[in-house]
Amino acid sequence: MPAIRLEGLVKHFGGEPGRRAPAGGGTAGGGVGGAAGGSPGGSAQNEAIVAVAGIDLEIVDGEFFSMLGPSGSGKTTTLRMIAGFERPTAGRIVLHGRDVTDLPPFERDVNTVFQDYALFPHMSVGENVAYGLMVRKVPRPEREVRVADALRMVRLEGYERRRPGQLSGGQRQRVALARALVNRPRVLLLDEPLGALDLKLREEMQIELKAIQQAVGITFIYVTHDQEEALTMSDRLAVFNRGRIEQLGTPADVYERPATRFVAGFVGTSNLLTGDSARAIIGSAGTFTVRPEKIHLVDPAATPGPDEASATGTIREVVYLGPDTRYIVALDAGGELVVTQQNLATSSMEALAAKGRVVRLTWKRQHNLPVGDG
Amino acid sequence: MTWLHPRRGLQLRLLLAGPIGWLGVVYLGALLILLLNAFWTKDSFTGRVEPFSWTLDAFDSLITVEVYRTIAIRTVVMAILVTATDALIAFPIAYYMARIASARTRGLLVIAVLMPLWAAYLAKVYAWRTIIQGKGPLEWVLAPFGIAGPGLDEIANTWLVLSYLWLPYMILPIYASLERIPGSLLEASSDLGARAGSTFRRVILPLAFPGVVAGSIFTFSLTLGDYITPDLVSDTKFIGNVIYDNSSLGSLPLAAAYSLLPVAIMIVYLLVARRLGAFESL
Repeated sequence: MPAIRLEGLVKHFGGEPGRRAPAGGGTAGGGVGGAAGGSPGGSAQNEAIVAVAGIDLEIVDGEFFSMLGPSGSGKTTTLRMIAGFERPTAGRIVLHGRDVTDLPPFERDVNTVFQDYALFPHMSVGENVAYGLMVRKVPRPEREVRVADALRMVRLEGYERRRPGQLSGGQRQRVALARALVNRPRVLLLDEPLGALDLKLREEMQIELKAIQQAVGITFIYVTHDQEEALTMSDRLAVFNRGRIEQLGTPADVYERPATRFVAGFVGTSNLLTGDSARAIIGSAGTFTVRPEKIHLVDPAATPGPDEASATGTIREVVYLGPDTRYIVALDAGGELVVTQQNLATSSMEALAAKGRVVRLTWKRQHNLPVGDG
Repeated sequence: MTWLHPRRGLQLRLLLAGPIGWLGVVYLGALLILLLNAFWTKDSFTGRVEPFSWTLDAFDSLITVEVYRTIAIRTVVMAILVTATDALIAFPIAYYMARIASARTRGLLVIAVLMPLWAAYLAKVYAWRTIIQGKGPLEWVLAPFGIAGPGLDEIANTWLVLSYLWLPYMILPIYASLERIPGSLLEASSDLGARAGSTFRRVILPLAFPGVVAGSIFTFSLTLGDYITPDLVSDTKFIGNVIYDNSSLGSLPLAAAYSLLPVAIMIVYLLVARRLGAFESL
């Protein structure tokens, strides 16, 4: 049995108040996308904003599942419907075989880690973590043991008496995690939980979150707009765009075989070859993408191998990134390709001096990824 | 004036010298004279207060004459009653404004709450006087139920009218503190298993409490000091009435000594309020 099954989930914001749109949605027309999660209103009267336009999804028990997409793509709204903060306009939410579509949040066996952490400012860390157990009337001795365990898991033992205001962002984030996990939910929902942290802390927390998920063995549903985060942490991920899922698969699937032009662009760098340049370079019509790290920069006079595709062009821009350098190459056949090269033996001076140089790009033909036009 | 430019401290001092000087001389000076007055002697023959003629007579009569004690207790109880009444009425209104009403309704309600503050104090009290007095609207409404109108000598009239007058001062700070509670806290509470009632008791109420205390500073101190309303709608005396009567005809030192009582009560009240975090809700 899947942990979660979403069937034809649709959410409109605004429009005529108090009227549920006809069931069996997914064919909602009109202005798609544009709704920031959880902000109804603001639209013209009687014209609904379609935040989620028909989601069908099964999430396996114990899986680390990410919902990836730009803001306004419907990922947060979908998460909020699973949590019970938003009522779907149409469709069903089934949690471990039980239809919870019309249940309030406090009757669902899920817990949420909020983007702004939502710690209660008038309670200590210990009281915050104990909150869920207290309102569910877990006896005090058991409560204390479980709170201590949860705080140990997030490496905050001994912080019980502090106030949330006295903690750093990373520590608050951990309290929020402990407060959710202490209830032992079967599904944990995380709404961009690392969004407010700086890069270094974020990378540490990614590893920690993944370790905690494996330790407790429950389903994590993780909403993020950061493709790197989604790729490094997830067992599977769904790429959201305009209220729909564009692609569903493992990180390797999504990165190496993007189903649509949008996915190719959003996950990784958009390196698209279309029309004439595709015909000239690859020899067939259609749209192709080549990941920038698969491309080699060679001397324009060099001859490519038999299994290689090749194109000539001029380096239009050089971006020095420290370990790597990114070259933007204007192709003679039309269009542009981004190439990243590790700076194994190149100094920054050499890299930057390459601007304006004529080069040949080569890559293995197997790295030409055909992309649908969806 | 360019020489002033790098001298930020001097700039600030010059800027503030006027207002602070005014405040120091006029306000604190008046308070100081009030304080001194309480320790001066009144010439019983001419009725003149003799400056620097030190005595504790005024405090002595406040303590020994029972009626002053009764009036002091009556005033404090009234202030507590009015504050409690306003808190009970204001909370649901503020809650509706902050968390339930649509943006449009909320705007209208804020105007509705602020509007009475634009009307003259006396106009409002006289309006109540008209409502309450014999053969007035209140009597018309109560008569069919066989209840007699209160007339203009009930102490409860003071309670009713003061509660009405100070209600906006209670609604606004509570509204502000309720509006400041992030929606995600309520969602988190619900997410962690709390029903609406539990969320209200454990999250909303504690976070709005500083707002209630902030509002109570107004309702409590305004009630302690008021003497016009009690005079107009009832025949009962409060601290303010005694001070007023004595400052014109009776003993000025007694009036001064008596007025130190509400000042002392408010100092204690403000210290407690600060501890409860009320000043962050103003």
